[in-house]
Amino acid sequence: MALLEIRNLSVEFKTSSGSFRAVDGFETSLDAGEILGVVGESGSGKSVAFLALMGLLPWTATITADQLSFDGRDLRSISARERRRIIGKDMAMIFQEPMSSLNPCFTVGFQIKEALRRHLGLDARARQARAVELFEQVGIPAPEKRLSAFPHQLSGGMNQRVMIAMAISCKPKLLIADEPTTALDVTIQAQILELLTALQRDTGMALVLITHDMGVVAETAHKVSVQYAGQKVEQQPVADLFATPHHPYTAALLSALPERAVSRRLPTIPGVVPGQFDRPQGCLFSPRCAHVQDRCRTDPPPPGGPETGFARCHYPLNLTQEEKA
Amino acid sequence: MLNFLLMRILTFVPTFFGVTIISFAFIRVLPGDPIVVMAGERGMSQERYDQLYHQLGFDKPVISQYFDYLVGVLQGDLGNSFVTKKPVWDEFFSLFPATLELSICAIVLAVVLGLPAGVIAAVNRGKFFDRLLMSSALIGYSMPIFWWALLLIIVFSGMAGLTPVSGRMSLMFYFDTPTGFMLIDSFLSGQKGAFVSAVKHLILPTVVLGTIPLAVIARQTRSAMLEVLSEDYIRTARAKGLPPLRVNGLHALRNAMIPVITVIGLMVGTLLAGAILTETIFSWPGIGKWMVDSIFRRDYPVVQGGLLLISVMVMIVNLTVDVLYGLINPRIRKT
Ligand SMILES: Nc1ncnc2c1ncn2[C@@H]1O[C@H](COP(=O)(O)OP(=O)(O)OP(=O)(O)O)[C@@H](O)[C@H]1O
Ligand SMILES: [Mg+2]
Repeated sequence: MALLEIRNLSVEFKTSSGSFRAVDGFETSLDAGEILGVVGESGSGKSVAFLALMGLLPWTATITADQLSFDGRDLRSISARERRRIIGKDMAMIFQEPMSSLNPCFTVGFQIKEALRRHLGLDARARQARAVELFEQVGIPAPEKRLSAFPHQLSGGMNQRVMIAMAISCKPKLLIADEPTTALDVTIQAQILELLTALQRDTGMALVLITHDMGVVAETAHKVSVQYAGQKVEQQPVADLFATPHHPYTAALLSALPERAVSRRLPTIPGVVPGQFDRPQGCLFSPRCAHVQDRCRTDPPPPGGPETGFARCHYPLNLTQEEKA
Repeated sequence: MLNFLLMRILTFVPTFFGVTIISFAFIRVLPGDPIVVMAGERGMSQERYDQLYHQLGFDKPVISQYFDYLVGVLQGDLGNSFVTKKPVWDEFFSLFPATLELSICAIVLAVVLGLPAGVIAAVNRGKFFDRLLMSSALIGYSMPIFWWALLLIIVFSGMAGLTPVSGRMSLMFYFDTPTGFMLIDSFLSGQKGAFVSAVKHLILPTVVLGTIPLAVIARQTRSAMLEVLSEDYIRTARAKGLPPLRVNGLHALRNAMIPVITVIGLMVGTLLAGAILTETIFSWPGIGKWMVDSIFRRDYPVVQGGLLLISVMVMIVNLTVDVLYGLINPRIRKT
């Protein structure tokens, strides 16, 4: 049985102008030790989907799913109290902005020891020892001294290491990293990614890496899920995805990777992700798609089978002869 | 931190002189002649009037009167009351404990109830409890003090007979007041029932005086909490699996306290300046009542000295707030 199993996850926000579906039928499954890359443009619902999994969305969000299970437990039916015993322990998350993700009023040592006390019940001495050990593990020099620093006294990269140390403090089975490097310098980005993959390798935890960066995905992920306007439009093992993308959106993303593009960020595709008010009727990508046909503008495509990478497309690309038949 | 303190204390100097000028001018600008007031309804002869006029130094130019006053102040002499002839210092120190006792009780009430109320309202934003609390706060904030005081007196003293109507202590008791704080002195006196009487006398004035600070603190805490609750670090705290009490009561409140501390400091400052209405309604022998009476009597030295002492106290409170602010907000502590 998979560690994480999500089927048909949708999240709707109540807003002043009606409800808005930020995640629309997201699915994935993840085994222990696997790395899933989640890519997609800004606003495609990547963060919201995993915040929903963690139970961290505000009350304006309505979450529905056919299945939402982690480590054999159905997250839809557990109480808030039970969930609090899982998150921060077996399932942990780190965020995009390390500087604002740590509480400015407390030392980083206090903040990491808090998790150790809550989930592992360690006494003061054991917490100190474990915190030092964790800081060493994530490559923070002079850990004893750093423990008494406040977040504003550390750099962004250091703070992100603190966040990572905090997230792995209780040896989680799943770590969700939501654009952990976006706010950092390029050189620091590489270090943090290396750290994450090394930790993943050493501990055997599963890792979800949410990112804008196709290059990062290519280097680290085992499989990739491509998000567009709240929907998963394609998911494949990383090599297959890069070799034979089936969804035109994936293909467009790939068509400007490092060798052709100046930056490693997502290449720009003409047009923008549809928001609350400009949802097209048929396929959500149809207004920007290079291969669009009449049917795409009227009928929303359902997800395909595994042979087409579950692509939500009426006319998937790169099919072999027998797949076409 | 030390530099910061020194800088702040230096800024006190011009403020201090400013206050001496303003308080000196304020009472003289008011129409009315202190000597006539002193004489009362019996009036006085012209010779006696001239004699007092000279004795009080009113025949000198105003500027030199001011400098005489200032020289006195700098030597620690605030002059004597025209009316009681006692030194202003002595009067101040015999009345100040009453004001301090009442202010402390009122601010403690306001903080102890206002902080949790604000936190709970923010956490339950838009729900019934939030609306109830915030409308009560609005009512509390805008209700006329004397009306509120009378209402409480009618209900608790008149109808229920639970609390006394005025003063600090029942006349049945008599004991020394070494500290001036009735709660402490009555306790030390060892007389049966004295402490209870002190508490009963304090209840209504405390509630009346604490109502506006309570409303202000609750509203400030709520809005500060709402801002803080949407911060990333609150999401991090929740992602650690911490229970709501710890997330809201520690992680969020600690940050929300930073603006609230300033508000509390301002309130303490105004309370110490004497709660004129409350002290008058409850015949509470404190600074506020003393100042009002002295203004009516045109008791120049008392008004001048009282205003000056009150301002110095407000400055000290503000300094304390700044220090607290630095302690609670690590971002400005070590810079
Ligand atoms: N609390 C909320 N209330 C209403 N709408 C929200 C809320 N949080 C997110 N959204 C909306 O949901 C959509 C998806 O947001 P999400 O943050 O998941 O995007 P993302 O894919 O993570 O983008 P990015 O790459 O910029 O992080 C956005 O359009 C966003 O405006
Ligand atoms: Mg995001």
